[in-house]
Amino acid sequence: MDFERREAPFVTPPTDVASIMRQVLYALIPAVIAYVWFFGPGFILNLIIAALFCAVGEAAVMRWRGRDPVTALSDYSAMVTAVLLTFALPALTPWWVTATASLFAVIVAKHLYGGLGFNIFNPAMAGYVVALVAFPMYANLWTAPRMGDLDYHYMTFYETARYTLSGTLPDYLTFDAISRATPLDTVKAGLNNMQTFAEIRTNPMMGDFGGRGWEWIGNFTAMGGGWLLLRKVIRWHIPVAVLAGLLLPSGIMYFLESGTHASPGFHLFSGGTILCAFFIATDPVSAATSNRGRLVYGFSIGFLIYAIRRWGSYADGVAFAVVLMNMAVPAIDYITKPRIVGHPTKRPGKTA
Amino acid sequence: MSAPTYDLGKLHGGIRLPAEKEQSTAQPITHVPVPAQLVLPLAQHTGEPAHPVVGIGEKVLKGQVVAEADGTVSAPVHASSSGTVVAIEPWPVSRRRGDKAPCIIIECDGEDRAVDPVDAIEDFTAMKPRALQEQILRGGIVGLGGAAFPTAQKLMQAVSLPLEQLILNGVECESYISCDDMLMREYADEVVRGSQVLMHALGIKKCFIVLESDKPEAIKSIGAALAELDDPRIVLKQVPTIYPSGGEDQLVQLVTNTEVPSGGLPSDVGCVVQNVGTAAAVYRWIVKGEPLISRVTTVTGDGVATPCNVLARIGTTLADVIEATGGYTERARLLVVGGPMTGKSLSTDQVPLVKATNCVLVMSEFAGAGEEKPCIRCGACSDVCPVQLLPQQLFWYACADNEAKLRYYGLTDCIECGCCDLVCPSHIPLTWDFRNAKGRLRELADEKARAERARRRFESHTERLTREQQEREQQLAEQKRKARKVSAGDIKGIMKRARDKKNAPKKDD
Repeated sequence: MDFERREAPFVTPPTDVASIMRQVLYALIPAVIAYVWFFGPGFILNLIIAALFCAVGEAAVMRWRGRDPVTALSDYSAMVTAVLLTFALPALTPWWVTATASLFAVIVAKHLYGGLGFNIFNPAMAGYVVALVAFPMYANLWTAPRMGDLDYHYMTFYETARYTLSGTLPDYLTFDAISRATPLDTVKAGLNNMQTFAEIRTNPMMGDFGGRGWEWIGNFTAMGGGWLLLRKVIRWHIPVAVLAGLLLPSGIMYFLESGTHASPGFHLFSGGTILCAFFIATDPVSAATSNRGRLVYGFSIGFLIYAIRRWGSYADGVAFAVVLMNMAVPAIDYITKPRIVGHPTKRPGKTA
Repeated sequence: MSAPTYDLGKLHGGIRLPAEKEQSTAQPITHVPVPAQLVLPLAQHTGEPAHPVVGIGEKVLKGQVVAEADGTVSAPVHASSSGTVVAIEPWPVSRRRGDKAPCIIIECDGEDRAVDPVDAIEDFTAMKPRALQEQILRGGIVGLGGAAFPTAQKLMQAVSLPLEQLILNGVECESYISCDDMLMREYADEVVRGSQVLMHALGIKKCFIVLESDKPEAIKSIGAALAELDDPRIVLKQVPTIYPSGGEDQLVQLVTNTEVPSGGLPSDVGCVVQNVGTAAAVYRWIVKGEPLISRVTTVTGDGVATPCNVLARIGTTLADVIEATGGYTERARLLVVGGPMTGKSLSTDQVPLVKATNCVLVMSEFAGAGEEKPCIRCGACSDVCPVQLLPQQLFWYACADNEAKLRYYGLTDCIECGCCDLVCPSHIPLTWDFRNAKGRLRELADEKARAERARRRFESHTERLTREQQEREQQLAEQKRKARKVSAGDIKGIMKRARDKKNAPKKDD
């Protein structure tokens, strides 16, 4: 009898890229719900626009590269980029800002470097940085979260859609009426104005640890992150290292001078800290690849977030911290190569 | 039976594979009858192929040597039944995945007459280790775990180093394979006594018989055999079931908590690893005089009607073996020799069962890994790598053909276990890529060696030419110097000789 020849192993692999990306998307559902609850339906519109432009951008560039667009789209990586990008942008964002960021993320940050697996930078963060630098006014237009006693202005779905598509507010509203400084902005501005952290915390925007509403988004994001850890889609090294890199310096500074520094709890529950720790820094393509390397990479991101928040001119430093450390990945990988079993414990010399 | 467990070394990574062994261990070992024809490949072992010593038309008996060991690493081949040599010709073999290699073909007479076991030794302890090693060589015994390294030469290589222990490998970490399990259940006594022979041949006094804790029946029968033998030198040791703990270096690491140095052998850390089947074969040869002419092999998978273990003569074709167990099912699509992780997929079942064949796996249509996608550097591969490589980096440099980086990232330390391959979410055939990359590294090394030889040849050639030139110049200079030294008296003498020559009367005048 004759048989066909195949290559070992003759075992069906337990997982694939699409399933990993799908699980990441599932894990983001609690965060999406929290975000929509606190900041309104604009998130959904942004998500649709981002997903559309990411998909169209990827399909176009794949065709242009002479490859099959379906294979690229079917791994859902562009969708993960779209969702993360949407999280970074305010709920009220005109469509061209989202579109520019999406196209830059997918075409420049991802495919000009060779597509999935070859991109040096986290596409979502690269796209967000472009939006932040090119459209600072729109990218910083955050409203107050929907909490009972805050002067949150609820915009109807129609009003939100009109703003998203045309960039114009209803006649009776102005930007000043709806925009609020984020808790991170509030703290930064307050500390610069010689207020103490305790004084700033009396602001109604502040919650138990971070900003009101924001802390809940953090909690819901962490739920999804924990699920990813349980499913072993991500490993503990990067989340733990990012949080340690942020909490350690902020803790030390807060301990030394609690008046002029924000507490570590505030840093943990503000801005994109938790999203970064579980979903952004853990993007495997642009992260360091060995376990030790991941610790170094994650800790450095955490530390950079702190440094940018404390001493930089941006209120949140997640995107810049991630993009900066993306650049350091090849060096980290080279330095943190694990010792191969059977090799001497000491680092071999140049001759090895 | 409680078996003692010692503190074990830690193995990096590894995978828990589905066992899939209960199908083939449900019934006792099936004895495959003498086939109509035996196909004995000359190269059933690592090293030089054996050299045929029988002619076409010659009658041979069971146990008779038909090919002698040839070279420093080689093993003889014995006829596994009686009959007539009908051909010595290329035949499909499993080593070459169904392509042909030289084989001795014997038509069996069905009488299965054996040569007199003249070589049987009653008391091997009276023999010198060296003599015992040489005797093991004559039995054609090779490692039965799959690598088929000639056992005698392994022992001879090892004894030059200070040795501490013999490790009998009863760990079958791959899915489906259960031949060692069944062998230990049914022939525990031969395994245990074989370890005594091996210890004597190595001159060491410590032996661990190692098997996984999920083989309670084998543990029981080995334990019973040990209790009966009452030899304090032999200890049963259990290890957790994780792939690839049965790899030679991995087993040493688990059992002794010592790493085998890169590029080295277990003997470098005082260990000799032998498969349990090899120990039984050594016992059969040394004490009973029966050379390695049969082995226990697992026949399993959803492509065979009755998964089981068989005791078959070396040289029986896989078609005959599967026929004897009840044939294929309709779903048989893939024929694999070895386990599902490292086995070889064959093109035909006409290949003979050889000394290395530990498992014949017939599978139904295997969906395969699916389309290969780009590496997303998730690092799942490096988490499972038992030698702690970074396959994702190796893959990158293998694609780029970067020799220096491939060496730096330890390509040559890869044991090709297939763990990285299996867990890769992008379904990249990493093992296959690494095997090819290793081949290219070897080619490059060969090329370099060739270039080096050519360079040296050229240099010595140039050097010789220069030397000859210098010598000639020296000679010339010497002559000139001599010529210049010539004095007036000398010139007179020369002139005189010339004159004498001229004036001398001619003889024929």
